[in-house]
Amino acid sequence: MNRSHRHGVGSGCLGTMEVKSKFGAEFRRFSLERSKPGKFEEFYGLLQHVHKIPNVDVLVGYADIHGDLLPINNDDNYHKAVSTANPLLRIFIQKKEEADYSAFGTDTLIKKKNVLTNVLRPDNHKKKPHIVISMPQDFRPVSSIIDVDILPETHRRVRLYKYGTEKPLGFYIRDGSSVRVTPHGLEKVPGIFISRLVPGGLAQSTGLLAVNDEVLEVNGIEVSGKSLDQVTDMMIANSRNLIITVRPANQRNNVVRNSRTSGSSGQSTDNSLLGYPQQMEPSFEPEDEDSDEDDIVIEDNGVPQQIPKAVHNTESLESLTQMELNLESGQNGFIPSNEVSLTLAASGTDTEFETRVPNQKLLEEDGTIITL
Amino acid sequence: MRRFLRSGHDPARERLKRDLFQFNKTVEHGFPHQPSALGYSPSLRILAIGTRSGAVKLYGAPGVEFMGLHRENNAVVQIYFLPGQCQLVTLLDDNSLHLWSLKVKGGVSELQEDESFTLRGPPGAAPSATQITVVLPHSSSKTLYLGTESGSVFVVQVPGFRTLEDRTISSDTVLQRLPEEARQRRVFEMVEALQEHPRDPSQVLIGYSRGLIVIWDLRGSRVLCHFLSSQQLDSACWQRDGRLIVSCHSDGSYCQWPVNPDTQQLEPLRSCVPYGPFPCKAITKIFWLTTKQGLPFTIFQGGMPRASYGDRHCISVVHNGQQTAFDFTSRVIDFTVLSEVDPAAAFDDPYALVVLAEEELVVLDLRTDGWPPVQPPYLASLHCSAITCSHHVSNIPLKLWERIIAAGSWQNTHFSTMEWPIDGGISLAPTPPQRDLLLTGHEDGTVRFWDASGVCLRLLYKLSTVPVFLTDTDPSEHLNAQGEDEWPPLRKVGSFDPYSDDPRLGIQKIFLCKYSGYLAVAGTAGQVLVLELNDEEAEHVVEQVEADLLQDQEGYRWKGHERLCARPGPVRFEPGFQPFVLVQCQPPAVVTSLALHSEWRLVAFGTSHGFGLFDHQQRRQVFVKCTLHPSDQLALEGPLSRVKSLKKSLRQSFRRMRRSRVPSQKRRPAGSPGEVPERSCRTERLGLQNMELAPVQRKIEARTAEDSFTGFVRTLYFADTYLRDSSRHCPSLWAGTNGGTVYAFALRVPPAERRMDEPVRAEQVKEIQLMHRAPVVGILVLDGHSVPLPEPLEVAHDLSKSPDMQGSHQLLVVSEEQFKAFTLPKVSAKLKLKLTALEGSRVRRVSVAHFSSCRAEDYGEHHLAVLTNLGDIQVVSLPLLKPQVRYGCIRREDVSGIASCVFTKHGQGFYLISPSEFERFSLSTKWLVEPRCLVDSAETKNHSRPRNGSGPEKALGRARNSGSQSDGEGVLKEIQSTLEGDRRSYGDWRSQQVAMSQVSRPGVQAVR
Repeated sequence: MNRSHRHGVGSGCLGTMEVKSKFGAEFRRFSLERSKPGKFEEFYGLLQHVHKIPNVDVLVGYADIHGDLLPINNDDNYHKAVSTANPLLRIFIQKKEEADYSAFGTDTLIKKKNVLTNVLRPDNHKKKPHIVISMPQDFRPVSSIIDVDILPETHRRVRLYKYGTEKPLGFYIRDGSSVRVTPHGLEKVPGIFISRLVPGGLAQSTGLLAVNDEVLEVNGIEVSGKSLDQVTDMMIANSRNLIITVRPANQRNNVVRNSRTSGSSGQSTDNSLLGYPQQMEPSFEPEDEDSDEDDIVIEDNGVPQQIPKAVHNTESLESLTQMELNLESGQNGFIPSNEVSLTLAASGTDTEFETRVPNQKLLEEDGTIITL
Repeated sequence: MRRFLRSGHDPARERLKRDLFQFNKTVEHGFPHQPSALGYSPSLRILAIGTRSGAVKLYGAPGVEFMGLHRENNAVVQIYFLPGQCQLVTLLDDNSLHLWSLKVKGGVSELQEDESFTLRGPPGAAPSATQITVVLPHSSSKTLYLGTESGSVFVVQVPGFRTLEDRTISSDTVLQRLPEEARQRRVFEMVEALQEHPRDPSQVLIGYSRGLIVIWDLRGSRVLCHFLSSQQLDSACWQRDGRLIVSCHSDGSYCQWPVNPDTQQLEPLRSCVPYGPFPCKAITKIFWLTTKQGLPFTIFQGGMPRASYGDRHCISVVHNGQQTAFDFTSRVIDFTVLSEVDPAAAFDDPYALVVLAEEELVVLDLRTDGWPPVQPPYLASLHCSAITCSHHVSNIPLKLWERIIAAGSWQNTHFSTMEWPIDGGISLAPTPPQRDLLLTGHEDGTVRFWDASGVCLRLLYKLSTVPVFLTDTDPSEHLNAQGEDEWPPLRKVGSFDPYSDDPRLGIQKIFLCKYSGYLAVAGTAGQVLVLELNDEEAEHVVEQVEADLLQDQEGYRWKGHERLCARPGPVRFEPGFQPFVLVQCQPPAVVTSLALHSEWRLVAFGTSHGFGLFDHQQRRQVFVKCTLHPSDQLALEGPLSRVKSLKKSLRQSFRRMRRSRVPSQKRRPAGSPGEVPERSCRTERLGLQNMELAPVQRKIEARTAEDSFTGFVRTLYFADTYLRDSSRHCPSLWAGTNGGTVYAFALRVPPAERRMDEPVRAEQVKEIQLMHRAPVVGILVLDGHSVPLPEPLEVAHDLSKSPDMQGSHQLLVVSEEQFKAFTLPKVSAKLKLKLTALEGSRVRRVSVAHFSSCRAEDYGEHHLAVLTNLGDIQVVSLPLLKPQVRYGCIRREDVSGIASCVFTKHGQGFYLISPSEFERFSLSTKWLVEPRCLVDSAETKNHSRPRNGSGPEKALGRARNSGSQSDGEGVLKEIQSTLEGDRRSYGDWRSQQVAMSQVSRPGVQAVR
């Protein structure tokens, strides 16, 4: 409120805002409607246009009020940039292939100068190695060892993330027997083991599982007492986010911790699984559970969409109101007229999607029904 | 996180669960698998059957059933009732004897094993010395006489099984007591026959296998008479007055010996080879029964001419110049004849012949000319042709029930009108509160309709789909098989016929609408028949339609069977369900799912290629949809034959072998070319070695769209729901595939007055792909109150409240791995239960069931009854999808048992425990059909003739007097509360109470 008032006075011209855009060594200046900045795509196109680089993939950044260089890559941060620009919006453009991701950051009040000089003089940054952090849209979960802190050292919990990769999980399991320490001494008990890794599969390429590792749990559920087929079904059912707790056949690569299990580590390993049931609870985030919930629905507009989670209570209300409107036409459960419902359904269609899925067959039934 | 935590125990819910759910295996229906022994108690009028797996089953009046199982699991070889007692003795093939008794507990009888015994000979004796061949329970009921292989007869006291060694009748003792001239031959060997004198308990007949028969005086320990036959003895029978002995022999002859202690008989009075003169097989058992009319009944097993009829399983009845050789389709285990029980009566006057064959029980009426069979009320041969599918329909309206029974009575004219002669005991089970039908589809193209309301599974009607098709065999051929002057006078009896003319005729899916009497039946060769109940005989043309499920898909070759050829022209149909439409799927793959909507007059069917919708009112195909994945070659080629799959698995295992060797070869650095063969040889050898040592392994891989048989249509479902938008509901058809895809079609059904004028239209509105791609086994829509939508016509018949169309509907998709609830019309995920991920078990069967509380009369809940591949039965709550209870039911190895399971709408179920037996189980505390019966030796002793249906009244009268549970008022209350619980489920029962009890349940009304 306060700021917008100031802007109004400062810029002199209410609602417009100056933009200074730099690409390489070139500057361009133009103005934007502050109240109607439009979409990021449009802005992006505009930048390409003013710099005359129509087919170059670029990264767009801006300097915020603290002088931090922040990215603009979606409508949200674009709008944020526009609304906080004071008085002018400074834009920095880099070619995507030459992009220096490390330039972006927030805690850069002190390094502010450096950041900007880095961007301005790209040859400077060769001094220190940089870890490349992808843009958020490129983030994806990867296979990893998890829950190191709560598991006994002899166990390893492995998450195989199939998501986004075309690699097969690529391993086989078999029945076998393992020796356990029980109150009655050593006992041979049946167990499930990794029997084979498929070359190039997720299991082999990540190096997280090895042949003869004993499978103890699948997604938090103990496999003891379960048949090979049961464990197979459990693993396949969880295949999109498979978390396997194993006791590696090779115990030399274990993570060594100097806490908790004091001294009698070697033998207590098997019991520890039973001994610390609370600690064994895996620390999955809530999203984990739903990571496989990307069922797809194709409505009659022919566009595959992910099925969203239901929002409670709103829908019934909506249906109630619509019910009243169309009460006279919905008798007997028969569709009185096809056209009405079709237009209703089609109204929600985004035109841009249609081009994206050319392989989706449009529906034709008997030739009597209007097809979309 | 939530799923790893134990769900909190809500005490109120736990209590409610106890009121709603309880698991019981209640009764076994059908014919015991592999029967091995038959016993009958003339005083109790109860039949006992022993099986090879060690089970003993007792049957009396309809509803009177007992079951016992020997711990040993050995075959039951012989069964004997102790005369006049509620006790029986079984002999197992491990030579052990077991005493069972029927004890009354809490007003009902229970069968329990009291003790067991193994006969021990003197130390050092051969095992054969004590190998029991025949048992004679003495009429005193205190002793058992045990004939053995050594020829000795041991005496054992019961109860207690104490061997009375001083009374043993050894073959040496007998030999010494024989007159000089009979001693010259070694005539003993094993004891084949042991019979008490019909009038004098101190005399016992002992028959030895070499042909010697002696009458032994128990008191004087001496031989009263002896008879020496030239042939091996198989069995012997004493005439009622004790004056004549009839023996039967291994050469197919039988001899009559008059009993006269004063004159020694050297030759039989009469010797006869009934099916001579050519060599005959042995007569293994014989009955000689006197009648008032004078001429006796001779009934014997075997004796057929060896060369031409040696392979037949025959029992011959000879009486008054008539002779019939009853020809059984399976081996005869044993038989008995029911006759006058009163020892004082002068004649046997047999009235029924009871034959236990390997696959069925046949009872023949000996009083009626022609000796017609009597229809058994139980022990039905479910497997007369192999069962291929089953379908249960609860609460059949009386009208339809009567019409089905009427249609069935047309088929049962060859049965005798005799009351069921085995009528011991009293059934105390309450009258079933509703009429239930179990329909079984069979390999020979028949559908059998069973009365599954009570303890006795009774065949009501048999429908054959065969007349619709042209088959190789001409039915008239069978009729001309035997002429008038045929010898031996064979007559086929029994219904067991395992031979199918054409496997394509097999029935795979059945759907019956109990309100309209429409029936849809689908089979192995893609045939779908729609049938209508007609009380009259009719001749008409069955309309044929072809449904091309491949549509525009090209380049596929069907390598499976040809489709069936329909009989051209009009076909004559007997009263009952008569087909009027035949849809044949192309390619003719087995029909995998079927749904019928009798209100909309639509039938939907699916195969491994796709599904179609047919309008049986207009006789017009509405649409077909191909569900095939283009890469799925296997589904296109034909049904997975065993040979093919074996070939495939072999191929795969070879491939696996090769693959496992490849990496090791690749890793090898490129050496000199000369080295290669030797090394690869070694690796090959190593690979083979590993193969041999490697245990079974399972591949862990996510399912993909390219997997085989993803297009296989698993389930079809009609629903009137909100498919497009929340303002209008419309008829819809839902289909679920093996690949986790759900298709939803909006249907436009013209209103009734224009039903014939306008076409039914369909349009695909939704397609849901479950990302876990597990087969969809069930689809269900819940109304605004989260109650499953009613069946078609249920509302129209006032049997259900109309579904709630105000609130939003929910779609429930059950895959083999998960239960998922989605909102409608906009599909968004609401709830789920990931069964497989949690337990490693997969859903094999799912069905909605209504569970009534055993406490609160009007309380009930709808839930899902689920059977998993591990044989567990679970209840999953609606609409919250929370597991409620879990019971182990079927062994996980029993694949056919799991595949055959069918649930009822009230929480009961059936599954096959053998090809011929259904086990009935109940998940409900309220709906329990189990035998409750009373057998009392004192009470049943005095009736000897078949009673005329006085059983039920008596049962009711008894029920009122005995224990708390079977208290008459209790029964009434139970029925009433069941009814009300039922009604509550359909909605507002108060308003319909009067109409309900009068219209829909006349049977129950009568009980009230």
